[in-house]
Amino acid sequence: MKKKLPPFILTLVLGVIFIIFYKGLGDTNIYMPENTKHYDVPVFNTKEFNSNINFSSSEIFELDKTYLLNIWSSWCVPCRQEHPLLMNLKKSEEINIVGLNYKDNKKNAENFLKELGNPYNKIFTDLDGTTAIELGAYGVPESFLIHNNRIIKKYIGPLNKQVINEIKKTIK
Amino acid sequence: MKILNIILLISYIIFFNNALAEEQDKKNKITKNLRCLICQGQSIYDSDSEFANSLKILVDKKIEEGLTDDQIYQYFKDKYGDWILYDPGLNKNTYILWLLPLLLFLVGGAIIYKNFIAKK
Repeated sequence: MKKKLPPFILTLVLGVIFIIFYKGLGDTNIYMPENTKHYDVPVFNTKEFNSNINFSSSEIFELDKTYLLNIWSSWCVPCRQEHPLLMNLKKSEEINIVGLNYKDNKKNAENFLKELGNPYNKIFTDLDGTTAIELGAYGVPESFLIHNNRIIKKYIGPLNKQVINEIKKTIK
Repeated sequence: MKILNIILLISYIIFFNNALAEEQDKKNKITKNLRCLICQGQSIYDSDSEFANSLKILVDKKIEEGLTDDQIYQYFKDKYGDWILYDPGLNKNTYILWLLPLLLFLVGGAIIYKNFIAKK
């Protein structure tokens, strides 16, 4: 009782399948979570970069102030790319830029800052990478916009001009 | 007295080894169920990326703190969502994932029953 599929329908089905697969080629295969969720800054302990003094997250982020927490490392190439943008953002006084030096060698990190400038108000270290995980980071570089001890925006990957403008608009 | 001491020592070593092995088993089980953030599609057990290694350190810490498997999974789920688990539980985001195969099985069964068994 099998009827032969009309060639028209067959072509249509194959065409639709082709379009779906072709479009799928353009999609990135790296999963990116939705990052619109606001959540409290998790509690974590870390060390100050220069002095090695212990700090807890509640001491770092004061209420009523806006912070950009930037995870960076001297071995991370995209961090080098986004660095001039951070230097530019530093000029704006409404925002405090806090650096989290991820799994880095102190000397290399210092050279990195000497070479490219230091945009950070404060720097903390994350030698074993666990602070970044506590924060829910996906990689380096990554930046978190923090206000009133809440993470209001997360930027995965290097910052770009568009993002910087967005941050400037948000803090105004 | 010497013999007693030796027996005690041996039993202590055996017990201690067992406890260590159990902890290692637990760690392996958990890290095999956590997805690597960088090399997606690999578990952190298989991965050697920087983030996977940090996750392993955290899993170790949580086991040391005495958290159960579920509590550890919950901890990572709070940070990264169900996506981080290879074996996510049944909830409002995953019910299609869990129930679709069952539904397909039932529909398939119904078709087979209708066409082949009920016809006889």
